[in-house]
Amino acid sequence: MRFSLANVLRQGFSGQTGWPLQWRKAEPARSYDVVVVGGGGHGLATAYYLARNHLVRRVAVLEKGPIGLGNTGRNTTICRSNYLRPESIALYDHALRLWHGLSEELDYNVMFSPRGVLMLAHTRHEAEVLERHVHADRLAGVDNEWLSPAQAKAFCPPLEIRSLRFPVLGAALQRRGGTARHDAVAWAYARAASARGVDVCEGCEVTGIRVAGGRLVGLETRKGPIATETAVLVAAGHSSVLAKMAGFELPIVSYPLQALVSEPLKPCFPCVAMSGTIHAYVSQSDKGELVIGAGTDRYPSYGQKGSAPVIEDAVEAIAELFPIFRRVRMLRQWAGIVDVTPDRSPILGESPVRGLWLNCGWGTGGFKATPGSGHLTAWSLAHGKPHPLLVPFGLERFSTGRLVDEAAAAAVEH
Amino acid sequence: MSGPFRLAEGGTRLDRGRPIGFSLDGKRFTGFAGDTLASALLASGVRLVGRSFKRHRPRGLLTAGPEEPNALLRVERGPGRVDPNSRATLVELVPGLAASTQNAWPSVRFDAGAIFDRFAGHLAAGFYYKTFFRPGWAWHRLFEPAIRRVAGLGRAPEAPDPDRYLHRHVHCDLLIVGGGPAGLRAARRAARAGARVILADERPAPGGGLADTGTAGPRIAGETAAAWLAGLVAELDRAGEVVRLDRTTAQALHPSGYALLLERVSDHLREPDPRLPRERLWKVRPRAVLLATGAIERPLLFPDNDRPGILLAGAARAFLARQAVLPGRDLVVAAFDDSAYAAALELARAGARVHAIVDPRPEPGWAARTAAEAGLRVLAGWAPVGSEGGPGLRAVRLAPLDAKGRPEARGERTIPCDALLVSGGWTPAVQLWAQAGGAVAWDEAAAAFLPTRGPSWLAVAGAAAGARTLGEALAQADRAVDRLLAGLGFTPEAEPLPPIEEPEPARALPPWATPELWRRDPKATFVDFQNDVSVADLEGAVREGFSAPEHAKRWTTAGMATDQGKTAQPTALALLAASSVRPLEELAPTTMRPPWTPTSFGALAGVHRSDLFRPIRTTPLHGWAAAKGAIFEDVGHWKRPTAFPRPGESLEAAVARECRAVRTGVGLLDASTLGAFDVQGEDAASFLERIWTIDVADLPVGRCRYGLVLKDDGTVLDDGVVCRLAPNRFLLSTTTGGAARLHAWLERWAQTEWPELEVWITPVTEGRAVIAVQGPQSRLLLRRAVSGVDLSAKAFPHMAWREGWIGGVPVRIFRVSFTGELGFELHVPASRAEEVVETLERLAPDLEPTPYGIEAMHLLRLEKGYILVGHETDGTITPRDLGLERLLSSKKDFVGKRSLELPEHRSADRPRLVGLLPVDPTALPSVGGQLVERAEPGTPSLGRVSSAGRSPTLGRTIALGLVRADRARPGTRLLVYAADRPAIEVELCSPCFLDPEGARLRG
Ligand SMILES: Cc1cc2nc3c(=O)[nH]c(=O)nc-3n(C[C@H](O)[C@H](O)[C@H](O)COP(=O)(O)OP(=O)(O)OC[C@H]3O[C@@H](n4cnc5c(N)ncnc54)[C@H](O)[C@@H]3O)c2cc1C
Repeated sequence: MRFSLANVLRQGFSGQTGWPLQWRKAEPARSYDVVVVGGGGHGLATAYYLARNHLVRRVAVLEKGPIGLGNTGRNTTICRSNYLRPESIALYDHALRLWHGLSEELDYNVMFSPRGVLMLAHTRHEAEVLERHVHADRLAGVDNEWLSPAQAKAFCPPLEIRSLRFPVLGAALQRRGGTARHDAVAWAYARAASARGVDVCEGCEVTGIRVAGGRLVGLETRKGPIATETAVLVAAGHSSVLAKMAGFELPIVSYPLQALVSEPLKPCFPCVAMSGTIHAYVSQSDKGELVIGAGTDRYPSYGQKGSAPVIEDAVEAIAELFPIFRRVRMLRQWAGIVDVTPDRSPILGESPVRGLWLNCGWGTGGFKATPGSGHLTAWSLAHGKPHPLLVPFGLERFSTGRLVDEAAAAAVEH
Repeated sequence: MSGPFRLAEGGTRLDRGRPIGFSLDGKRFTGFAGDTLASALLASGVRLVGRSFKRHRPRGLLTAGPEEPNALLRVERGPGRVDPNSRATLVELVPGLAASTQNAWPSVRFDAGAIFDRFAGHLAAGFYYKTFFRPGWAWHRLFEPAIRRVAGLGRAPEAPDPDRYLHRHVHCDLLIVGGGPAGLRAARRAARAGARVILADERPAPGGGLADTGTAGPRIAGETAAAWLAGLVAELDRAGEVVRLDRTTAQALHPSGYALLLERVSDHLREPDPRLPRERLWKVRPRAVLLATGAIERPLLFPDNDRPGILLAGAARAFLARQAVLPGRDLVVAAFDDSAYAAALELARAGARVHAIVDPRPEPGWAARTAAEAGLRVLAGWAPVGSEGGPGLRAVRLAPLDAKGRPEARGERTIPCDALLVSGGWTPAVQLWAQAGGAVAWDEAAAAFLPTRGPSWLAVAGAAAGARTLGEALAQADRAVDRLLAGLGFTPEAEPLPPIEEPEPARALPPWATPELWRRDPKATFVDFQNDVSVADLEGAVREGFSAPEHAKRWTTAGMATDQGKTAQPTALALLAASSVRPLEELAPTTMRPPWTPTSFGALAGVHRSDLFRPIRTTPLHGWAAAKGAIFEDVGHWKRPTAFPRPGESLEAAVARECRAVRTGVGLLDASTLGAFDVQGEDAASFLERIWTIDVADLPVGRCRYGLVLKDDGTVLDDGVVCRLAPNRFLLSTTTGGAARLHAWLERWAQTEWPELEVWITPVTEGRAVIAVQGPQSRLLLRRAVSGVDLSAKAFPHMAWREGWIGGVPVRIFRVSFTGELGFELHVPASRAEEVVETLERLAPDLEPTPYGIEAMHLLRLEKGYILVGHETDGTITPRDLGLERLLSSKKDFVGKRSLELPEHRSADRPRLVGLLPVDPTALPSVGGQLVERAEPGTPSLGRVSSAGRSPTLGRTIALGLVRADRARPGTRLLVYAADRPAIEVELCSPCFLDPEGARLRG
């Protein structure tokens, strides 16, 4: 049943009992044309576009737990495309353009809200780095503008710009950036993919990858073996574990990344604000909670629990930048396992095993790329070669040395 | 009396000698010291304390503790002391406290938002995912702002917080969380055995649930509960090694055992005490932890179970015991658990009229018989099936249940009353247990998730472990603490349990076990009160496929309110199981996340704000620079002089003057912030050989060499000078900004990659001051001041160092230059730094040694084309890109060398360092500006401007940039594109604008 105001009203009179399952509870078949490993946003989007744009018939998403509870369901949902390198700008802006219109495309309110992303500079060096972003983005045709401290304050009134240990010297603002509702993104893609015949198989962990003669031939799962010649690993923090099953290594280090929310407040924070020197980022959810991102732990780990000082740092930063929030209370904190690459750019393309593709390494900032990543990965799988926008992001760049470095300039995780 | 519902006597917490005035929504009330806001409102007959989040249903107090979902108030105590979303049950009454209701307009009584309840059928969980997004812009422009306005709870404070917050770091043998009987007894045992104990309880006074019992409570060793507890507490307070903390909540227990306790220090004081913090965060590293965190009572499920006046039986009992307040005059009690009988008895004895006790269990037990014997009317096999009133409770509808548990309409009765006390049994508070990594499993008999396996340093006892009686709780406490103490090496003495008179409770009936009650009107039967999650919402979740607990939670928001679902779990889970026809034990509860109760940002941040936010590092010459009129800027944690403008002089003029002084006379720069490392050991030379790009092994003692440090991918990490102090001892002088990173890098290689090397790295930045003496007259100046060193060009060449004296101060003099002029750096002990600069100034008034700041330093090095790490480099730039091939030793291997051999690093589109001369010599290119052929969006970037400035020496603007190697021909003209600024045409040239032969340097 289509999602619409009319249907919500009509269902209101019959106790909302007419809504069907949003996605079929599929059991895996014996074989598929394409298997997507990992039912996060990226995996589900990949499956959706395979079915929708490329009419691939037999597609499955294999998810070890329920869908969308990895980083997709744990992130602070900042969407923006004001990156530094032309390759990254093109990739993330492709996604940002898809965000604007995604709800209608998927018939699901993913609550994309372009509220503007403000990145603060507190030192001259930081200001120069952010200005460099502004110039590079604008040259690439992507919006990003430089604000004076007073303009930043006008855009984000709770912000303190002067009486800080590191006063605000300026800010870069991308107005088209914003936030979205993370859970809804996963559910919407699952629903739309399922409606187009994709099998979304939950509780179906992949436990082995079968390779013969350098080619993929199938997968072992908790629900039995599955034959396929094409699969894509979209498992974020656990990608290295899967790569190991296929016999190769990824240049990925997995760390816990933490976030927290405050108690809900009436609207008091109009945008997304991020700061590198005073390390934190914050926005206000539709429910009214301040959603605050902290840093990664110093130590690699697969345990979805972060260390306490990291949360403290983030809260210190918020209390410093926004003194009116000092008495506001933290309600909940959590962590996700992020897959960090040496150049802080994702790994997209075919793996050393023929037929086995990679979509990982998004690290601390891949939610924003969800629609674009799925869209382009689906294209690549359907064409058997990486989409032109993905070519720079292949795994081989770590041996050729042609990195797409976003680390140097990215002072803050997001 | 303070309020119609206050009894003339009683109230263990109350100080009737101290009446306290306060207000709610501007209306004035009086309570007593010892009241909470909740008890004082209840005593005054205020029922309606808020409106629910979504449907704006009227809500009253449900509980008396931290689990309160409804009574969230905005509490104000003077300017800046504003706390939205405060649970009235935890706010202790203080004079002048002004509370206001939230989420209601124009008033909590006549709330326009109540209209939403009319549309409850349309506003089912998740409805907002299904609409509001056509056309595409409508969500962000139209619907989202409207939804945001109605969502949210309290208003954020508008003024900064005047209060302070502190942190305290402590160690102890045993941390006990929960000062109820189990926790107190365990603490005493541990104390007697000699352990250092911290006992924390979030209430204002110890005793836990037992302190809330009255005449119907247990008797212990012939004493009343109160007397027994008092004895226990007194002994603990006498014991030397016990720290007993009231008003102290354990908010987080990490798997490592690290615990965060939040102590509320001054909110409850009559006057805020400026000497005290508002809250103190205890960071405890205990060797063992005992959780005696008790249990939380469950509300019942029946239509309109959320009406103000319906509250937990245990809460009513607590209000009576603590503050002598009755929840109403005419009561009905719904006892699905025996503890509600005790509440009924005590309230009846206190003068309330208890009209009926309904108990759905067909065969009432000992408690029911006692109540009946005491003259109370017990309706066994009955249950509440509805409530009436508006907004406060006026009557409850009761019905007998048939053999299948269905309410029989014929027997239904409506009983007028002003309070309904409910109890659906108790949920052990296992949150901290789970946070710490303990496992839980469903226990059908207890109808709860109970702790099973956990870390060896952790134990749980009392109601938190499922104990139903005091005797059981104490026995558990003894066992648990004995095990922990044994693990710590203490041997507690045997001590018999006291004899306890208490009934054996019958098995409770959990609220979800009566489906006929919650299926009657699922939309009006609430599970999560604060987030307005009804039974219908959970059923809908299952219908649409959200039957995994974590999905259901996110779809319905059950358990995500500020109470974190304390009264909603495990009921919500059980309803999910029922709706999806799965056994409950198959559903794992959703992750229990810290904190236990919401914790102020201020408390977590502690003193770390404004000047204390991060350390301010100042150099030994800070005072000297300040006296010279320096303006400072932040560089990392350092404060560094930007420039030294004279009175009336512009910054730009000052910088130009400082540059000229260095080029023509002599200037002084405080370079103390440069990273300095003393590297010693038999393998120091071979260690540095592997790290630095230049040859180190053949560096003679007394000489220095400039080189680079690369990452393993071949890009520049840092640059710096290696000085050989002795055969096995080096001094490294590196960049200010990179010092910490470089230190970590050196240690990483020394410790994890080459542990076999004998090398020790000591950061020595702080110990000394560095004064750069730069300019053609620098030698002249030093000749007057320095003794013991031959400063002649021949005896003391460029890139050498010597030791000598200035006055009575030992100095190490390095002949190095970052300006392109003849120059020296003086390393002097930090404590003597000012003395040395003053000597220099005193000895050479005619030379006018001019202090210069980092702005002039940048310009001087820019004129010479010297790179600055972080400007010309950005983590992606190789030495070759910078034209620094000469710094790459071909004689040895070093970190990053192999990567440099990759063909990619020689490709034509690698960047190349160039000089940029604006065609208009007054135009200043923007740093970060993009080098392009046409200054239009869409044209490819050929490179960027990395540094730019107005050169006083050349009288024009100059810049450095990195441009594609295949375009880096001198004479090429390109444009600098910068957003919102006019394009500037530049001509490429050599990066060195001044004295390319280096004659000045070597002079
Ligand atoms: C705290 C935090 C904040 C963040 N903030 C932002 C932000 O503001 N903006 C932004 O753009 N990004 C942010 N990110 C990053 C972002 O969340 C991720 O990059 C992105 O969501 C990754 O999506 P995914 O679909 O690739 O991974 P996931 O959502 O993690 O999905 C991977 C899935 O693979 C499954 N899986 C793993 N192993 C197997 C197996 N063997 N078999 C089957 N299934 C398996 C997992 O269960 C999981 O569901 C944040 C991340 C965190 C943790």
